[in-house]
Amino acid sequence: MSEPLLKIDELCIDYPIALGTVRAVRGVSLEVQGGETLGIVGESGSGKSTLGLAILRLVRAPGRITAGRVLFEGKDLASVPEDQMREVRGKDIAMVFQNPLTSLNPLMRIDRHFLEVLRTHKPELKKPEALKLVREILTDLGIEENRMGAYPHQLSGGMRQRIMIGLGLVLRPKLVICDEPTTALDVIVEAGFIDLLKRLQKEFALTIVVITHNLGLVAELADRIAVMYAGQIVENAPAEAVFHQPLHPYTQGLIACVPNIDVEQETLTTMDGSPPGLVDPPPGCSFAPRCPLAMGRCREQEPPLLEHRPGHWAACWRINNE
Amino acid sequence: MKNLMRYLSMRLLLTIPMLLILLTVVFIVMRVIPGDPVSAMLGDHAPVKFVAEKKHELGLDKPIWEQYIDYLAQLSRFDLGRSMILQEAVTAPILEKLPATIELTLTGLLVALGIGIPLGAWAAKNRRSVGDFTARLYGNIVYCIPVFWMGLILQMIFGVAFDWLPIAGRVGSRVMSSDFEQTGFYLVDTLLKADLKAFTDVAIHLILPALTLGITLSGIFLRLTRANMLDNLKSDFVLAARARGLPEGKVVYGHALGNAFVPVLTMLGLQFAVLLSGAILTETTFSWPGMGRLLLERIYLRDYPTVQGIIVIFALFVSVISLLVDIIHALIDPRVKY
Repeated sequence: MSEPLLKIDELCIDYPIALGTVRAVRGVSLEVQGGETLGIVGESGSGKSTLGLAILRLVRAPGRITAGRVLFEGKDLASVPEDQMREVRGKDIAMVFQNPLTSLNPLMRIDRHFLEVLRTHKPELKKPEALKLVREILTDLGIEENRMGAYPHQLSGGMRQRIMIGLGLVLRPKLVICDEPTTALDVIVEAGFIDLLKRLQKEFALTIVVITHNLGLVAELADRIAVMYAGQIVENAPAEAVFHQPLHPYTQGLIACVPNIDVEQETLTTMDGSPPGLVDPPPGCSFAPRCPLAMGRCREQEPPLLEHRPGHWAACWRINNE
Repeated sequence: MKNLMRYLSMRLLLTIPMLLILLTVVFIVMRVIPGDPVSAMLGDHAPVKFVAEKKHELGLDKPIWEQYIDYLAQLSRFDLGRSMILQEAVTAPILEKLPATIELTLTGLLVALGIGIPLGAWAAKNRRSVGDFTARLYGNIVYCIPVFWMGLILQMIFGVAFDWLPIAGRVGSRVMSSDFEQTGFYLVDTLLKADLKAFTDVAIHLILPALTLGITLSGIFLRLTRANMLDNLKSDFVLAARARGLPEGKVVYGHALGNAFVPVLTMLGLQFAVLLSGAILTETTFSWPGMGRLLLERIYLRDYPTVQGIIVIFALFVSVISLLVDIIHALIDPRVKY
């Protein structure tokens, strides 16, 4: 296999707070190949959003990267100087955020948002050329040209999300990170968004990382899925395998929770308990307290992430015993 | 824009009942406090006949409600009346002193905003640093210091100890204000005459009073800017702007500060009355020949019509400023609808 576009290596992120240290991301390793779509799924607080922000080194203070590397095209983003990092942001890696309603500056017109990015990263670009670029990308996103002079509050949520994507793509980045891109949108707009993202991926040969708790979204988009639990990756496999032969009990539980229209169901399946606190996490497997299959060893030793089938990784002692 | 016009005319109409209420209160209070213009003029031991004659001449022997109705009738003809003490129209001293007060108030406001907004933004950016702590301490201290005391301290340091700056008046003895006086705004007047020497003199006299007023008020603007900046720095659009690789200065002082300024502007409109009352105290401390000193002087003399006239002018001034603030608000924030 060729060199991956993005390689995260044993990344750890801590948030020091009054009660102790929240270990939000604990030794995560991931690879994303060029042109691939990776889905990162997990519950709220599993560290997936922190992981996404860490790729652009935008983890909010007091959080910080304490160990590990983020290799993008062979360059370690966790340690490059700030001015180089700023060039990567927006130009090589774009990020689309969870809440399109609040992610645009309410006092700025749409076109000024675009011109600002273009001027920052391509200062040699003349204004008419820049405006032409903006018009092209807006047309591509299905936004009428006369909306360029609008203020964010004059546009609908779906439109604002498309603007956010446009702002991300106007510089033709290699990697796009979408953090809960559809959470604030209704289902119809969400479906439109998925189609758009798929089309843009083909058009611009994009590599995409989608961070979400919405299994439906990754089922539609992702080639590979990484399941996060309590700051760690518990399973990492091709999307197909995650949905049809999940290995980790947590993944199995998650899949079982998704309602299926073809199956008659009296009640929805749910998972008992909640994720452990990340201040001084318990020893052993962090899922053990909720795991129906947990045994003595699970509470003492942390299971390593192992490749059980080709390309299918999982961290669970039970699989090794079978 | 049409809506804005309708809103503004509505607001102007609303100042009429406001003025009426304010005037009624002043009218009653002035007549309730001990003393009257006649005893202020003639002293306590004047013959009763003289006093009665004078009172009749000024119309003060009529019942108070009749005096009130007479006054309102006069006002409805846009006439503020004549002074009861001096042989002059009420508007004469007001027109003479108003520019001095406006000049002091506006420069004081510039100082307050010039210190408060940048320092507040900078403190928010460097939250929890030594600099932030120092800026907050400064903000709290100046907010607590009474403006006249601040004036005295600055006078002692810069006027007396170092002898750098004058501590009283608008011009020095070597400059004649009659040489350039046109609008009454001395900074403008001296520039119009292109008289650099006079301009420097006027500016030097303005420094301490403007600093006194400005520093005292800068505390509240500093704290407000800092608090709003902290909120905005945490907002999604700031994170999104950073993720697009914009330089940190642009993100902090462009996106975040722009949005943090909107509530500061609202506060400015609300604080303007406080600014004016601060100006009155500052004028007294610095012997500044403005409306504040005029008001104080005429209250002592129980010059009813002049005191009432000054209050009307102050109220109109505050209304105009708050209208201006509303217009600026609508211009910078596209979400504002009237």
